[in-house]
Amino acid sequence: MNDMTAIYTPETVKLAESAPTSPPAVVRAQGVGVFYDEKQALKDVSIDIRKGEVTALIGPSGCGKSTFLRCVNRMNDTIDNCRVVGRIEIDGLDIYGKEIDVVQLRARVGMVFQKPNPFPKSIYDNIAYGPRIHGVAVNRAEMDELVEASLGRAGLWDEVKDRLDAPGTGLSGGQQQRLCIARAIAVNPDIILMDEPCSALDPIATARIEELIDELREKFTIVIVTHNMQQAARVSQRTAFFHLGELVEQGDTETIFTNPSDERTQGYITGRFG
Amino acid sequence: MTDAPPDSQAPARNGQAARIRARYRAEKRFRAYGLIAIVVALTTLVLLIGSIVFRGHSAFVQTHIALDIRFDRAVIDPKGSRDPDSLRGANYTGLARAALRDRFPVGSNRRDKRALYKLISNDAGHTLREMVLADPSLIGTTRRVWFKSSADVDSFTKGQIPRNVPESERKINDKQIAWLDALTADGALEIRFNTTFFTTADSREPEQAGIWGAAVGSFFTLVVCLALSFPLGVMAAIYLEEFAPRNRFTDLIEININNLAAVPSIIFGLLGLAVLLNFFNLPRSVPLVGGIVLALMTLPTIIIASRAALAAVPPSIREGALGMGASPLQVVTHHVLPLAMPGILTGTIIGMAQALGETAPLLMIGMVAFIVDVPQTFADPATVLPVQIFLWADAPERAFVEKTSAAIMVLLAFLVAMNLLAVILRKKFERRW
Amino acid sequence: MTTEHIVKAYDEELRTLHNFIVRMGGMVESQIAGAIQALVRRDSELAQTLIKDDDKIDDLNFDVDSFATRMLALRQPVAEDLRNVVGALKISSDLERMADYATNVAKRAVALAAMPPVKPLYTIPRMSRLVQEMLRDVLDAYVRGDVDTAIDVWHRDAEVDDMYNSLFRELLTYMMEDPRSITPCTQLLFVAKNIERIGDHATNISETIHFLVLGERLRDSRPRGDSSPFAVAPDKDAGGIDLG
Repeated sequence: MNDMTAIYTPETVKLAESAPTSPPAVVRAQGVGVFYDEKQALKDVSIDIRKGEVTALIGPSGCGKSTFLRCVNRMNDTIDNCRVVGRIEIDGLDIYGKEIDVVQLRARVGMVFQKPNPFPKSIYDNIAYGPRIHGVAVNRAEMDELVEASLGRAGLWDEVKDRLDAPGTGLSGGQQQRLCIARAIAVNPDIILMDEPCSALDPIATARIEELIDELREKFTIVIVTHNMQQAARVSQRTAFFHLGELVEQGDTETIFTNPSDERTQGYITGRFG
Repeated sequence: MTDAPPDSQAPARNGQAARIRARYRAEKRFRAYGLIAIVVALTTLVLLIGSIVFRGHSAFVQTHIALDIRFDRAVIDPKGSRDPDSLRGANYTGLARAALRDRFPVGSNRRDKRALYKLISNDAGHTLREMVLADPSLIGTTRRVWFKSSADVDSFTKGQIPRNVPESERKINDKQIAWLDALTADGALEIRFNTTFFTTADSREPEQAGIWGAAVGSFFTLVVCLALSFPLGVMAAIYLEEFAPRNRFTDLIEININNLAAVPSIIFGLLGLAVLLNFFNLPRSVPLVGGIVLALMTLPTIIIASRAALAAVPPSIREGALGMGASPLQVVTHHVLPLAMPGILTGTIIGMAQALGETAPLLMIGMVAFIVDVPQTFADPATVLPVQIFLWADAPERAFVEKTSAAIMVLLAFLVAMNLLAVILRKKFERRW
Repeated sequence: MTTEHIVKAYDEELRTLHNFIVRMGGMVESQIAGAIQALVRRDSELAQTLIKDDDKIDDLNFDVDSFATRMLALRQPVAEDLRNVVGALKISSDLERMADYATNVAKRAVALAAMPPVKPLYTIPRMSRLVQEMLRDVLDAYVRGDVDTAIDVWHRDAEVDDMYNSLFRELLTYMMEDPRSITPCTQLLFVAKNIERIGDHATNISETIHFLVLGERLRDSRPRGDSSPFAVAPDKDAGGIDLG
């Protein structure tokens, strides 16, 4: 009777006549595989991450979603016995190519980790660190502006503006994570990778970060790994489901959560396994 | 359940109660053992330190005797020229002896005269010479000058030579006792703080011996040791912990470093002797060579402590820094090293404290010589505090007994101070992460 | 809702859902008004337009269903948010049925326009005015979250049912007196029934609003004043009409 798979977002309701167009892909992964010694953790993953969208990677523990995330900014390089095959392109450039400077890559692809890890420096220095080492701000006045702008975007400025010299580790969990997000955006990356950013936070702090992610969407492309699929449903426009190292299904979030095509996806999100 | 007779539960409960009581008893016993161990350790410590303090505290004071010295122009400056060379060459000891004779006339009995002259230290002439050279206007005047007493007088005044034994069994004869009593009655005999102990180097005469020479020697040696072992140790630790790949070769290096930390220190002395002295022909008994030997010995300690401090920095900090686009070197210098610094400093200071107390390797490279001058540079012959203690412990004069214990106290004080410094630095630099 | 959600998009989506219902309600109101007008003025053209317009309301109903489903899947609403979404689903379904009844009236208006008018025709507007007021008030109650107005509307259905019963008797009398009027009267019977059903659906919406705002069921027994199942044709030979 009723076909429930139609896409109805507030924007498309208002502009009933224009069809939604998909934004260009900023990250393209083709046939990516990851080996730890001889054990294969990730098999043949091909996915497009689109500009200005939040893409969520979901799946049960150990399915390879964090492993894939860490390939995008080559954090897997720091693990000795880890080997990456396949191709990952950012804006058309193969990031595993010989001429790529990993340090520069990581300035363009920021990362927020599961457990908030502010540096044991002052709040100001936390934000200023990235711009300093990449030579972004020239003098103190520029740096002050940059710090204020970053903290403002992360929704933290009002709370910390009169204690910028206090240590970053003295904030609450939710504030620390927002500080880490502010730190990541201070160097103006194109892409922000988030590895389960809310798993250590309470529901209110989580909601604030989800709202922040919504706001950041207009300027950054975000890839978020989460084991909380309701969060993926709330926050993302595209979702990819990983299982046992394979990318099982990817698509628009609404479709995945109302009518997934693969049995395994359906089983996972309805809580029949995982 | 409801028909089980209540008594059938009782034996089980009794067994249970007995086990609980046994458990409590065992815990009390365990706690008692711990307490006993602590009490034994503290008692031993108190006894040890107590005996050292008891024997050594008297070395911090010294007896001084005052005499009225006539700075006789005829003796000091017969020509009246005030020529420094002639001033230097005059017989000042004679002046001191003359003063003694004036005070206690003994006639021409040689034995009595010797006994009289032995009341004061034989550097009395030296003291007077320095006074005149500093201030030639003293010539022709009479001043009261304080001299160090001789070692035997010093021991007597401190009660180490008893009065009530027969004369043949003591080093101070009755006449000397009478003279000393007279001086005491006149207020010409005082016990003052022993600055000589802290300002002079070793000497044959106990009353002129001090630890300053050994202290400076220790200082120079430690400076060389620190300058060599700290940078090398920390950089080696950083490389091994942060940058080196994990393979068989690096495992081998780690095993070797751990073993080196356990090698007896005298082996390093032998190494120093064979390589530094015989092969490179470096001078013997100098702080430079001593420092190199101690550095070799301290290096494994510093490397191990630094590696532990570096490993204790949580990987989340490194990941956070890497994620920001810091290069591996920046991660280490901007983040890991500052956080590991308290641990590294603690390990270094403890290593230095160990090096301060080392004797055996330094004996092998010859720092056991009798050095009377305070060393001025790294290449001057020197000795170190532990060796000085060792030498004085061997010396026959009774007065050196108290000096040995006093020197031990000084060494312990340095060690405590260094460990305290380690604790303070660690607290100061500790940062929560 | 006193404060807003931390995630602003959530509030936007709830407002969108709300606006769907309001829009749909307005369209249904004009559908009913137009149908009665077409009936009374015997305007077949108007009636045909109305019949075509029913599609738009069906589309809106489908929009509400999809959007509500989307919200349930993606926002996992609880408490008042959940009642809001479920309430919107039910109200839109009731509105869609109301529109269908109005369309039915329009269809019968076309048929009636081809026949000579009968007197009971002029009672219909009075009944429909009641029902239109009920709909307008219940939509107001939805917009304001006003339970008292909803309960008041709920009670007013009794009046509609009374009017329907008297109209039913009147039509029976007519049909007995003049067999030539049976055709139009039967059509009018159906029209009256449709309007009465519109009123019932308005009480459905009242009940939903009560649940949406208070989280409890409206517990009075529903006014079921339609006694037409028990009406018996008056005996022509006896005097007076006996209704059971």
